[in-house]
Amino acid sequence: MRTKVILGLGAVALPLLLRNLYVIMFLVPDEMEQGPIYRIFYYHLPAFLVAACGYLTALVASVMYLVKKDQKYDAIAVAATETALAFAAVNLVTGMIWGRIIWGIWWAWDPRLTWALISWLVYFGYLMLRSAIDDPTERAKNSAVLSIFGSASVAVTWKAIEWWRTQHPGPVLSIRTGGVQKIDPMMENMIYVNFLALLLLGVIFMLVRLRQEEVQREIDGLRRYAHAAN
Amino acid sequence: MTMLRHAAAIAAKDLRSEFRTKESINSTLSFSVVILLLFSFAFDPSPDMIAEFGGGLLWMVFAFAGALIVNRSFARELPNDCIDVLVASPASGASLFLGKAVACFVLLFGIECICLPVFGIFYNITWWRSLWALLGVLALGTWALACVGTFFSALTVNLRLRELMLPMLLYPMLIPALLSVMMLTNTLLTGQALPPDFSVWLRLLVGFNIMFTTLSVYLAETILVR
Repeated sequence: MRTKVILGLGAVALPLLLRNLYVIMFLVPDEMEQGPIYRIFYYHLPAFLVAACGYLTALVASVMYLVKKDQKYDAIAVAATETALAFAAVNLVTGMIWGRIIWGIWWAWDPRLTWALISWLVYFGYLMLRSAIDDPTERAKNSAVLSIFGSASVAVTWKAIEWWRTQHPGPVLSIRTGGVQKIDPMMENMIYVNFLALLLLGVIFMLVRLRQEEVQREIDGLRRYAHAAN
Repeated sequence: MTMLRHAAAIAAKDLRSEFRTKESINSTLSFSVVILLLFSFAFDPSPDMIAEFGGGLLWMVFAFAGALIVNRSFARELPNDCIDVLVASPASGASLFLGKAVACFVLLFGIECICLPVFGIFYNITWWRSLWALLGVLALGTWALACVGTFFSALTVNLRLRELMLPMLLYPMLIPALLSVMMLTNTLLTGQALPPDFSVWLRLLVGFNIMFTTLSVYLAETILVR
């Protein structure tokens, strides 16, 4: 069943991604001040939004694990975190490329950049913690707690650095600006459409990673059973 | 009330044990002084530079020293399986965590009070101009470090790479608290006029402490019971 879902989502995501790539590269006009490099924005912002969805999924799954003590939620949390980290890396790298062209530097200690990097480090620590614990129950419990701590810390960091002056461009989507149109509606729609495509891709990654995690758990269980039988 | 009594007993036990052996105090204190000394070799500390990032330097020292102190917090219970005895005792996980966090706070705050005059001498700063406010800010920052650090010490106590994992997990998590305490210390150290965003940083620090103390107390039992 899950294979069919993955294939179905892939059948929607792949043409959509290709169509978006074509539209972004050939149909949407250059931005007046930034020129063609602004096109990276169609991947930069949607990648961040997908990463945020992944972090949120990991938080919910971690809380659910602590409440229900079901390993299924731990598997969801790790799959969501790994997917979110991949998309957060895309967000960071595309932002750095844009910064090199527009600001002339690869990295500025700008609040938003700093926040994105801190979030990445916090959740990378989550994966490191998991790899350092052998017992599955202990690993699931400790990493669920770390995920809750991590999301709280990331939320506080986000608020803290919002008070700094930032050279990162401000919100442009009309849902964030209270309906004020800051960019051309065609450009804004393209961001939503590409977000949908990347979100589908993120869900596919997550489902594949989830299946790997479940198979790994099954193998571990069989190995323990074989040891006990001998 | 029972919880606080148990926490006080755990804190007293930890402090008594530390003052008998002095293993954390001596090593952390000498480490802090060495770091302060090394900073002075790394750059030429003019008064203007110190006014700009003296608070940051000081808190980097305290953050390094704090990791050493909190790392020992639960690790000292590993020999003879003392940690299992503590968990099996009538003290709840929350009181065990609180007691250990308070002990770390006292040790770290003591070390900070010794390092502060040393910092003043090395870098030629009259740091006592806003003494009480500075001590208050140091106490808030130290509690953030002790509270989150002790919780992570419990989280990583059974890991193979405990000494490596603890700072790697702890420092990114502490950034909001370190950020605000560095800003506040910077202003108070040099006796500058309070900037308009002073209360924002103070609120952030207090909010961080309330939020993470609540989370830690609530989740301590989950972490400690195996």
